[in-house]
Amino acid sequence: MGFNMIQNIERDFMRVDIPAFRPGDTVKVHVKIREGDKERIQVFEGVVIRCNRGGIGATFTVRKMSYGVGVERIFPYHSPQIDRVEVVRRGRVRRSRLYYLRDRVGKAARIKERR
Amino acid sequence: MVKALIGRKLGMTQVFADDGSVVPVTVIQAGPCVVTQVKVPERDGYSALQLGFGTKSEKKVNRPMKGHLDKVGKGYFQALREVRVDNVDEFEMGQVIGTDVFEIGDRVDVTGISKGKGFAGTIKRWGFSRGPETHGCKNIREPGSTGCATFPGRVIKGKKMAGQKGNKRVTTLNLKIVDVRPEENLLLIKGAVPGAKNGLVFIRKTNRVK
Repeated sequence: MGFNMIQNIERDFMRVDIPAFRPGDTVKVHVKIREGDKERIQVFEGVVIRCNRGGIGATFTVRKMSYGVGVERIFPYHSPQIDRVEVVRRGRVRRSRLYYLRDRVGKAARIKERR
Repeated sequence: MVKALIGRKLGMTQVFADDGSVVPVTVIQAGPCVVTQVKVPERDGYSALQLGFGTKSEKKVNRPMKGHLDKVGKGYFQALREVRVDNVDEFEMGQVIGTDVFEIGDRVDVTGISKGKGFAGTIKRWGFSRGPETHGCKNIREPGSTGCATFPGRVIKGKKMAGQKGNKRVTTLNLKIVDVRPEENLLLIKGAVPGAKNGLVFIRKTNRVK
């Protein structure tokens, strides 16, 4: 009974508008950023290298190269800070955690497109 | 108004605050509690309310308790707790107190029975350091010296030693109420509270904040 009640609470905070994506996909995450009392949207585009499941606590990690430096951001999947997520490209990968991309740069870090 | 309830810990989860930050919360099914006795200074020497929570089958209630609860006539309760109030005039026996006594942002103290850890050594129970595991050492999890020498010739009272850890009444102070859901009798309290899931907890307005 208690478990159901907790699930009900979690359901209230969950988002259903985030599209399905998998590790290997390239996504654009539109993040809401507050500066003082103004709010603007910043886009973070990169490869999803990890999806961490777990109900309301689910997260995903997006990696991108920014001026030659690898940047990873972990987003809570259900966070209200995320305006929307766009899937730019679907990638074909053979594992769920793409940590090997951290050791690769340029051509070696390419991911085949999934059809 | 009395700001106290008996409840049952349902478990933990997380919610998002308005600014998007993640808040860890404990979900507590609190109340509805029934006032089973009103204690007045003239008769009892102090003023307080006795609250009842949960249900118990009639078979499991002993006779003195049955006589006590039959005066209220609202069934038999799993737990009774007392809470001191200044003015008892606004309460009467049988009155039901629900989650709506608390508001979002209230600070509360939560009392429960902590999870039992059995007979634990000094490392687990008091956070003592461990000895080295190699180089011929044999004092890996020993407590070390327990005191001085001929003077005082005894171990000082209260020395931290191995023994029962947990399964003890513990109060967590000054927790913030994140959400109140009166229709489901739920309270969402920021942070952890003592005890296992389905454990009884007693929630009270904190005395830490004026």
